[in-house]
Amino acid sequence: MNPAIPVEYGLVLAGLLFATGLAGVLARRDLIFMLLSLEIMLNASGLAFVVAGAHWGTADGQVMFIFILAVTAAEVAVGLALLLWFHHMHQGLDADKANEMRG
Amino acid sequence: MNMLFIITGAVALVSAVMTVTRSNAIHALLYMVVSLLSVGMIFYILGAPFAAALEVIVYAGAIMVLFVFVIMMLNINRSRSEEKQWIRPSAWTGPVILTLTLATELVYALWPGTNGAFPILVISPVEVGISLFGPYLLGVELASMLLLAGLVGAYHLAHHIGPARDREGDRL
Amino acid sequence: MFDLLWLIPALPFTAFGVLALFGSRLTRSAAAIAGTLPVAVSAIVAFIISAQFIAAPPVGHAYTQTLRTWVQVGGFNPAVSFLLDPLSIVMVLVITFVSFLILIYSTRFMAGDDGFARFFAYMNLFVGSMLVLVLAEDLLLLYLGWEGVGLCSYLLIGFWYREEENARSAFKAFLVTRIGDASFAVGLFLIFHSLGTLNIQEAMARASQQWVAGSALATAAAGLLLGGAVGKSAQLPLQTWLPDAMAGPTPVSALIHAATMVTAGVYLIARTHVFFELAPVMQHMVAIIGAATLLIAGTSAFVQRDIKRILAYSTMSQIGYMFLALGAGAWMAAMFHFMIHAFFKALLFLGAGVIIQALHEEHDIFSMGGLKEQLPVTFWTFLIGCASLSAVPFVTGGYYSKDLILLEVWNSPQGGSLLFIAGLAGALITSVYSFRLFFIVFFGEPNILVKKTSAPAMTVPLVILAVPAVIGGLVEMPGFFGAPHLFSRFVGNALPGFKALSPAPGTDLRLFVLSCMASLGGIFLAYLMFLRKPAFGKRLADSTPGRLAHRFFLAGWGFDRVYDVLIVEPFVRLSRMNKDDVLDHISRGIAWLVSFMHGLLGLTQSGSLRWYAMAIATGAVIFIGMVILL
Repeated sequence: MNPAIPVEYGLVLAGLLFATGLAGVLARRDLIFMLLSLEIMLNASGLAFVVAGAHWGTADGQVMFIFILAVTAAEVAVGLALLLWFHHMHQGLDADKANEMRG
Repeated sequence: MNMLFIITGAVALVSAVMTVTRSNAIHALLYMVVSLLSVGMIFYILGAPFAAALEVIVYAGAIMVLFVFVIMMLNINRSRSEEKQWIRPSAWTGPVILTLTLATELVYALWPGTNGAFPILVISPVEVGISLFGPYLLGVELASMLLLAGLVGAYHLAHHIGPARDREGDRL
Repeated sequence: MFDLLWLIPALPFTAFGVLALFGSRLTRSAAAIAGTLPVAVSAIVAFIISAQFIAAPPVGHAYTQTLRTWVQVGGFNPAVSFLLDPLSIVMVLVITFVSFLILIYSTRFMAGDDGFARFFAYMNLFVGSMLVLVLAEDLLLLYLGWEGVGLCSYLLIGFWYREEENARSAFKAFLVTRIGDASFAVGLFLIFHSLGTLNIQEAMARASQQWVAGSALATAAAGLLLGGAVGKSAQLPLQTWLPDAMAGPTPVSALIHAATMVTAGVYLIARTHVFFELAPVMQHMVAIIGAATLLIAGTSAFVQRDIKRILAYSTMSQIGYMFLALGAGAWMAAMFHFMIHAFFKALLFLGAGVIIQALHEEHDIFSMGGLKEQLPVTFWTFLIGCASLSAVPFVTGGYYSKDLILLEVWNSPQGGSLLFIAGLAGALITSVYSFRLFFIVFFGEPNILVKKTSAPAMTVPLVILAVPAVIGGLVEMPGFFGAPHLFSRFVGNALPGFKALSPAPGTDLRLFVLSCMASLGGIFLAYLMFLRKPAFGKRLADSTPGRLAHRFFLAGWGFDRVYDVLIVEPFVRLSRMNKDDVLDHISRGIAWLVSFMHGLLGLTQSGSLRWYAMAIATGAVIFIGMVILL
């Protein structure tokens, strides 16, 4: 157990980071920034896992963090490829151009 | 120590906020890097050096670089002349403050003198490795398959895109 | 022979069935035979059964024939059963006899009409229903007959349905009598709820044991039954339909709206007399309604131009006499008057039919005239009819019945001098208007020449009906003639006797003189005004009060207008306001709400990427909030 840093502080920080990332995803119109904010969110969740792992004193937190990292990497790769496609199709990165799911 | 953690956390948070609010993509990216570095610092404080190393190497190192490549490729900021941004010193304030703080912390943490005061439990990479090859073996395999899928997908998607064109349709 | 009782109503129903199903395929003569023969056989059977009844009356002077139990629900077991007692015998004989004659008449009257078979089908349905009504032992069966005759009245008034006016008159008749029928139905509910049975004799026996005389329950039951009677018999306040009902063919007017259906109310009150005896207030009401109606109708008849409308108001007035008698406790006198009235009123209507057809559908009496030489048989029979209606002393049956009513009203504890004066005044007016009709139609210069004389099929019934109109009175002559009281003795076995106050000696004679004066005086007045000095009458009519009075009486004292303004127009306006039904609005509102929500939720499908992201985020936040809070 790690008495030096209470687990709540870490989780609070993770939560705040997550919220910030979420705000970015929702507020920005440019796809690049949306992806970037998404990265912040994923990072925040990784932070939460590591904090929890340190709290319990096991390696599981870091292991989860590794997996999250792997997921993030794959997601970024595919996401950026899609972004390139988007740019190719709509000559810009305006998310509002992707309105084809109109009900 | 609490104080260290708080300051680092503040840096991470503020730089994240700055990331989402910048209009210039490269600036946002760089603020993001600062944030990631801070989070890495936090990992180190928490006694997870392996995670800290991975955060810096993979996240800040690979993923952000990927972003940079894409932004460069698409030349998003073509309309904005960077010289203008360069000239204004007010563009420097934010990053300087943040990074200075971070630097101070790093120096403080790594300075040989103050280390012993940390009564923390460090989970070394050895334990992480044992865990990975033990109970979480399946997860590792799945993660690797995921990475493979991502790789193939990214390659396949990008393969068919023609040369990048800007808003006027001219080749970049 | 009594067990052939069921044949009497069954035969006309079979005739209806045959004519309704096959009428269009039958020839004229076949349809005529199918229409008249069953009623003739009914009449014969009725005659035979009545003769046997009179000769050897069964125990208790009543014979019941139960065909089947109609309903069996809990304690409610009405049966399809017929009761034969003196009252129903009188009714059955009159109905079958008069119906038969009118149907014979109709074979000739309706000969040129396309709906020949339909006419006879409806008439037979009517006769069957009327017979069920008078023979019913159970109030529910009576109600069945009641509704049946109401239906036939509607069908037959609107027989020439292609004219919208006729359809409207039929509709009006049906609606107004429906109000009475509703009252009747509620009365039935009340009686059943309180007494547990609808069998008439049984109910009356229980009522006299369980109900307190004059109690609210008895008054309510009697009042509701009275409401039904008033509707069917065209008395105040539901009398407005009868003059318009003359839109139907003349035989219909003769049979339904003179001789039989309109007397159903009188029969009902007489049949359920115990309920009225237990509610003296209501019985007095009957008398008041009768007296008021007879005056209103009499004065209205005095100014009419249409020959059938005059006779319609006359019917209304005469039924008022019957109601007056019933209200005064003179049950038997009312039935006696009914019997005589059926004969002479049918006679008058059939005569009117002859005149109308001879003059090519002319109804206005002022366009007629001088028919004395042209239609001799009609002239003499019509004279007999009018005389009977005016109660010309001694020689006519109408005199004996009307005089009996007046006498008993005077002598009755429930009657009194006021009602007597009303009756007397009514008698005077009756003579005036009936002979006004007679003189104007048959005397003077002929305005329209008769093209063809009537066939025997139409004139013979006239003659046949004239006979009982004259001699019918002989069965019941006043006491001071020393004659046997055949009628009252016979009917007295079914209806309570008349409880007279002991009058001062010689009152009878004085009353007799008064009524003679009334009837003869009326004839003389009519003679003066319309034959000798028509100028005087015209001057009277042209004066301002005369003109006002004329308009007032012509409109039947304005009842139509009053009902229109008070009831019809608000109701029509209400239904127009509710044209888009209120309840419809509720269901349509639900549909609208759903559609609105659909539209609202449709907005969320904007297709915008960021909108969807926001939606996901919002949903997540809400759920987390719920988890935290709850």
